[in-house]
Amino acid sequence: MDNKKINKYSYWNSNLKIVFTLLLIWFLSSFGAGIIFSDQLDKIKIGGFQIGFWFAQQGSIIIFVILIVVYCFLMNRLDKKFDISEE
Amino acid sequence: MDTQTLTYIIVGAAFALYIGIAIWSKASSTGEFYVAGGGVHPIANGMATAADWMSAASFISMAGIISFMGRDGSVYLMGWTGGYVLLALLLAPYLRKFGKFTVPDFIGDRYYSNIARLVAVICLIFISFTYIAGQMRGVGIVFSRFLEVDINTGVIIGMAIVFIYAVLGGMKGITYTQVAQYCVLIFAYMVPAIFISILMTGNPIPQLGFGSKLLTEDIYLLDKLNLVLNDIGFNSYTEFSRSKIDIFCITAALMIGTAGLPHVIVRFFTVPRVKDARTSAGWALIFIAILYTTAPAVSSFARLNFVNTIDNSSYISTPSWFKNWENIGLISWTDKNDDGIIQYRSGNALENVKPKFSNQRGKFNQRLTLNTPTENDNEIYIDRDIMVLANPEIARLPNWVIALVAAGALAAALSTAAGLLLVISSAISHDLMKKTLKPSISEKQELLLARISAATAIIIAGIFGIYPPAFVAQVVAFAFGLAAASIFPAIVMGIFSKRMNSYGAITGMISGLLFTASYIIFFKFISPELNNSEYWLLGISPEGIGVIGMLVNFIFAIIISSISKAPPIEVYKLVDNIRLPGEK
Repeated sequence: MDNKKINKYSYWNSNLKIVFTLLLIWFLSSFGAGIIFSDQLDKIKIGGFQIGFWFAQQGSIIIFVILIVVYCFLMNRLDKKFDISEE
Repeated sequence: MDTQTLTYIIVGAAFALYIGIAIWSKASSTGEFYVAGGGVHPIANGMATAADWMSAASFISMAGIISFMGRDGSVYLMGWTGGYVLLALLLAPYLRKFGKFTVPDFIGDRYYSNIARLVAVICLIFISFTYIAGQMRGVGIVFSRFLEVDINTGVIIGMAIVFIYAVLGGMKGITYTQVAQYCVLIFAYMVPAIFISILMTGNPIPQLGFGSKLLTEDIYLLDKLNLVLNDIGFNSYTEFSRSKIDIFCITAALMIGTAGLPHVIVRFFTVPRVKDARTSAGWALIFIAILYTTAPAVSSFARLNFVNTIDNSSYISTPSWFKNWENIGLISWTDKNDDGIIQYRSGNALENVKPKFSNQRGKFNQRLTLNTPTENDNEIYIDRDIMVLANPEIARLPNWVIALVAAGALAAALSTAAGLLLVISSAISHDLMKKTLKPSISEKQELLLARISAATAIIIAGIFGIYPPAFVAQVVAFAFGLAAASIFPAIVMGIFSKRMNSYGAITGMISGLLFTASYIIFFKFISPELNNSEYWLLGISPEGIGVIGMLVNFIFAIIISSISKAPPIEVYKLVDNIRLPGEK
């Protein structure tokens, strides 16, 4: 295999790793904290919020935003590292 | 100035702005018509996506629904935002790299098959029409309540406005009007929310006011709400009522459905580079999150205010908004114990839920209904859709805020309708005509065709708005379920599996579609009396079944493709190419 091919291969692998990790957090913050573990989390209260309830109605949304921002940052860095950005 | 004059001024100014933008950004090529020439800035595209996405349902209905569903309403909050993570990570950058005009374009090319393209076109048209009917209805409601014109006239005015900027400007016109519409709608949503938050909790940020103590008492708002609701026989606001598996599946179906909705996906074809597609998904979600984190706060404020204002007060002294909405038929009061005092309790007040009004008035001048009253003590019917619209009045905010909310609701409905219309018109002129039936047409003819199909789609949508088919509310679950079970898996496999071939993809789409559609049709239309958790598959309601449909799609696709011929070498090259942003 020439260098270019190896490069493409490891670029795609790193990409998959990033996507997988972020999706795991995505799942845990919404389905995990907001639904599956919500009964346990509801016992903790910060201000007027039961934590499970807060995740289901606000927290998960805030984490979604952060996830996409992190994704953009990591992917831009990856594009630069492998020198395949569009410019 | 009275509310109505103010509403005319604010709504009129907003409409003039939209039309001005449309004239300024007239489309001159098919590229401009379908994807705005691919040159939209990511922030502008993010705003346009947000406006496109946040429909009459998000603006008008969602907070109201959550207000009555309490914790179960989380399915909409998580479901309609979480899909953007899937979109950003799994679809948007690759589809941008692919770089054509429509979703069926991708499915047709990737699966080297016009049948696959056609299946995608059918799914897309069905999803979009379902969705658009609801928007036109929303336009009608706002017009009739705030401008006091007939609902039908309202729909026709709405159609005319969309006609001007969608047919003239195509995606280019739509994108820039949507940017303006986003600004109008978010301002209109936030102003009353902030006002009410200050009035109730003293905190100007509604997201925080939601978790704060009340000004009048030393108790957290949510705790107070639970107490008040328990007192009159409702479940606690912060507890689930549905089963967890159902909540799980509905949330997942909405998320995946969001990521598979063609009018959302197509927005990522409009930015210049792959990098911009990612960034723009981020901006879109930020703009959406502003409204979506405010909505649950609005819901809880509204519910508490509503109970406090209505329960145990005499009908004669209710504020004017109550009687206004009663006159439109979205609130009814049945004085079961004949005491002139309103009792608001849990349960339906009337048999068959929705009131059928007679022409007579009762002794307190309330509108009488033909329904048989139920046995329970509840005397109030309230349509959930009116909460957001009535909220400023319930909280006694100034007139201009009420007018603003009307303009915001119209912006939300029109922007979504326009986005959907564009998807329908491009599916017909581009995917059906240019790519399948009549490849010989010139670009000029295609552009004309695109305009004609947009115009036709507007008329059909308007007819839906004027004569709403009884099934509109029932089929919204359809749009998401079908998108989750058909379009989403086909695109994801097309990007992440090189081996997936046309046979697998087509079988997958059709089986996912058939499974989901028959489940929904069975419970919603054939045997609605069986529509409860006892008869549901694994306890999953028709709203959440799209997730299982998606799994069916994946399973069939993988099995069939593994026992049939691998795709041609060009497809391998195509997939390699879309995975790498810089590759020519």
